[in-house]
Amino acid sequence: MTDPENTVAVPGAPTEAVLDRDGLDELVRVLVRRGRTVIGPTVRDGAIVLDELESADALPYGWGVELEAGQYRVRRRADQAAFAHSAGPQSWKSFLHPERVRQWSAERRPDGVLSVRPEAPQSVSYAFLGVRPCDLRAIRILDRVMGGGRYRDPAYLSRRTGAFLIAVECTEPGATCFCVSMGTGPAADAGFDLALTEVVDAAGHRFLCRSGSPEGAAVLAELPRRDADEPTRAAAASAVSEAAERMGRSMPPVDLRTLMRDTLEAERWDDVTARCLSCGNCTMVCPTCFCTTTEDVTDLTGDHAERWRRWDSCYDLDFSLLHGGPVRATPRSRYRQWLTHKLGTWHDQFDSSGCVGCGRCIVWCPTGIDLTEEAHALHQEATRTESAP
Amino acid sequence: MTLAPLPYRVVDRRDETHDTVTLSLEPAGEALGPFAPGQFAMMYAFGVGEVPVSVSRIPDGQRLTHTVRAVGAVTRALWTLRTGAWVGMRGPFGTCWDLAAARGNDLLVIAGGIGIAPLRPAIDAVLAEPHGYGRLNVLAGARSPADLLYRNEFPTWERPFSTVTVDRPDDDWTGRVGVVTTLLGEAHFTPADTTALVCGPEVMMRATARDLIHRGVRPDRVQVSLERNMRCATGHCGHCQLGPLLLCRDGPVVGYDRAEPLLSVREL
Ligand SMILES: Cc1cc2nc3c(=O)[nH]c(=O)nc-3n(C[C@H](O)[C@H](O)[C@H](O)COP(=O)(O)OP(=O)(O)OC[C@H]3O[C@@H](n4cnc5c(N)ncnc54)[C@H](O)[C@@H]3O)c2cc1C
Ligand code: SF4
Ligand code: SF4
Ligand code: FES
Repeated sequence: MTDPENTVAVPGAPTEAVLDRDGLDELVRVLVRRGRTVIGPTVRDGAIVLDELESADALPYGWGVELEAGQYRVRRRADQAAFAHSAGPQSWKSFLHPERVRQWSAERRPDGVLSVRPEAPQSVSYAFLGVRPCDLRAIRILDRVMGGGRYRDPAYLSRRTGAFLIAVECTEPGATCFCVSMGTGPAADAGFDLALTEVVDAAGHRFLCRSGSPEGAAVLAELPRRDADEPTRAAAASAVSEAAERMGRSMPPVDLRTLMRDTLEAERWDDVTARCLSCGNCTMVCPTCFCTTTEDVTDLTGDHAERWRRWDSCYDLDFSLLHGGPVRATPRSRYRQWLTHKLGTWHDQFDSSGCVGCGRCIVWCPTGIDLTEEAHALHQEATRTESAP
Repeated sequence: MTLAPLPYRVVDRRDETHDTVTLSLEPAGEALGPFAPGQFAMMYAFGVGEVPVSVSRIPDGQRLTHTVRAVGAVTRALWTLRTGAWVGMRGPFGTCWDLAAARGNDLLVIAGGIGIAPLRPAIDAVLAEPHGYGRLNVLAGARSPADLLYRNEFPTWERPFSTVTVDRPDDDWTGRVGVVTTLLGEAHFTPADTTALVCGPEVMMRATARDLIHRGVRPDRVQVSLERNMRCATGHCGHCQLGPLLLCRDGPVVGYDRAEPLLSVREL
C-alpha cells in the first residue's frame, strides 16, 4: 500500500505520455502479463458495472449515464469516450472488502479439544482500471478504517496491499456528483500508480497518462505512447477544470461536522423518516460504508464451525441490538446515525469525512433521498433556530 | 491473536445465581495478553456465536475468569459449559478503569446487577494496595436477593463501607431495599476528592452519575462502563458506535464528561 505523492521519477522511465486506444489495450495486456487481475468498468444489464477485464475492448466505449435522485440510465454518446460516465452501482469496496469473507474455521476433535485455523491470506493481485478521484479517496478512507488502526484486518490487507491503481480524472460529472464540495475531485493528484485524463477533440481520442509510482512508470514504459504535447495537456486540464464547474450537487458551505453535531434533535429528521424505507441501499452502494456482522455456522456433524463476516447496514433493526431491544428502534434514529456518521462522527473515529461526494446513495435510493438536500435543510433549520429570538 | 479465537478450557465453574456462572479458563497453548480491570474478551461458544464479556477477576498466571449471565443464545451456551469444555477467546479489548487517575482519592464502586462483574477486578486492585487510595465504598444493587452476585465477598470489601440493596426483597431479606443511589448518603467520601466507578443498566448509570455530580464529584471522575452491540471488538464492524465513540476501542470505560452529552440524546 504505497501512498505516492504526485509524479514519481524513475531514471529512464517516462512520467508522462499520451496514449491512444491501442495504448489502453496494451495496458490491460501488460498488467495481465504481470499476473494482475484487472478490474474495470463494462456495460452489463443496462448499467456500468465493475468486472474482470480480459481486454480493454470491454470498456464502455461510447457509453454515458444519466443520473438523478432514484434514477440511473445508460445512454449512447455521440463520441467513443471510454470514461465519460460517473459512478455506477458498485465500488472498489466490493473487491477490497467483499460482501462475504470467511475469517476462520474451527474443529472440535473427538476428545473435545478445539482448534482454530485463521483464513489463509488471499493471493489475488489486483489492478483497478478507472478509479475516479472520489473513489481513490474512498480507498484511502477504507485503508484507514480497515488497515490503519490498532488492529489491521488481514482480509482487507491481503487484497489491498500491492493493488495497482489506475485513476481516471473526471471530465463528465453526473447530476448527482459533489466531489468539489468534499474536496475529493475531479482531479487526481496522489495515491495512484497511473492517472489517465481522457481527451476527445478535433485532434483525436487520446489519454494523457501520468505515473505516480515506480511501478506505474515501469508499466508506462512498456506501452506504445508518444511524448506529452502542450495542446493535449491543456485540453486535459481544461476538461477537468470545466468538470469542476459542472457539479450536479453541492453541500452547504459550512463545517459539516459541526452541523451534524449541532442538529441531532432537528425536526428535519422526522421529515426524512417519512420518506426513508430503511432498505439500506445507500449503505451497500457507498464506497466507504464498511460495517459488517458475523455469522457462525457449523456443518452437519456439528464438529466443524466457521466464522463468516458479511456486510451489514446501520439501517437494520438488529444492528444495534442489546438484551432488551435495539438501541435505534425508529427509522428516524437510523437515518440520523447514517448521515451523522458519514459527515460528522467519522472525523472523530477515523480523522476524515466518511463521504467522498460520489452521489451513489442519491442515485440508488428507491425514494430519491438526497443527502446534500438533507444537509441543506438541516443547515437552514439550524440557521432559523439560531436567529429566532 | 485478536481476530481468530484461542482455545481455552473450562477448569472451574461456580454458579453464582440461578442464571449466572463464573468460569475459570486456561489456555490450551498460546495465551491472551494480560487484561486490566474493566477490559473485556470476546467469548466464542462453538458454532453458536461470540459475545463481549468482561474479566471478573484477574488471577496471577494465564488463567482467565469471566462471569456470564444467561440472557440469550450465546450466553446460555456459555452458561451450560461444564468443567473440561472448550471455548474460544479473543482479547484483551477496550479501555480499563482508570485507577491511576484515582490514586489518593476516595473511591465509590457502584454496581447494578451483572455490573459488579467488571468492577470486581478494580476492587481487588484497590484492596491489594490499601495505601494507594482513600476510602473504598462498594455499593451494589440487584433485582432480588437471589440475583446478588459475590455475596460472600462483600464483607471483605468493607473499607470502610460496602453494602447491597435490592429492588424486590423476599421474606428472609433484612437488608436494604431501593435503588442503589439511596445508599450514597451513607457512603464515606469527600466529593471533591472522589472517583466513582459505575457499571449497570444505562438508566441506573445516568441516575447515579447525575446524583454524584450534584453532590460535587467531578464529571470526568465518574467513570462509567457502556454497553453496545459488538461483533468484532477490533474497530472494524461499526456496531459499537455511540456518536463519535467506537466503544470497543474508545470504551467501554468512558468518563461521564464525555458520556453525558451522548447518553442524553435518545437513540443515538
Ligand atoms: C463491553 C461489554 C462487556 C460485557 N460484559 C459482560 C459480562 O461480564 N457478563 C455478562 O454476562 N454480560 C456481559 N456483557 C453483555 C453480553 O455481551 C450480552 O449479554 C450478550 O452479548 C448477549 O448475547 P446472547 O447471544 O446471549 O443474547 P441475544 O439476546 O440472543 O443476543 C443476540 C446478539 O445481540 C448482541 N447483544 C445482545 N445483548 C447484548 C449486550 N448486552 N451487549 C452487547 N451485545 C449484545 C450480541 O451480539 C448477540 O450475539 C457485556 C457487554 C459488553 C458490550
Ligand atoms: S455517502 Fe453517498 S455520496 Fe457520500 S461517499 Fe457514500 S454513496 Fe457517495
Ligand atoms: S436513505 Fe434511501 S437508500 Fe438509504 S435506507 Fe433510506 S430509502 Fe434506503
Ligand atoms: S465492536 Fe466492531 S467496531 Fe467496535
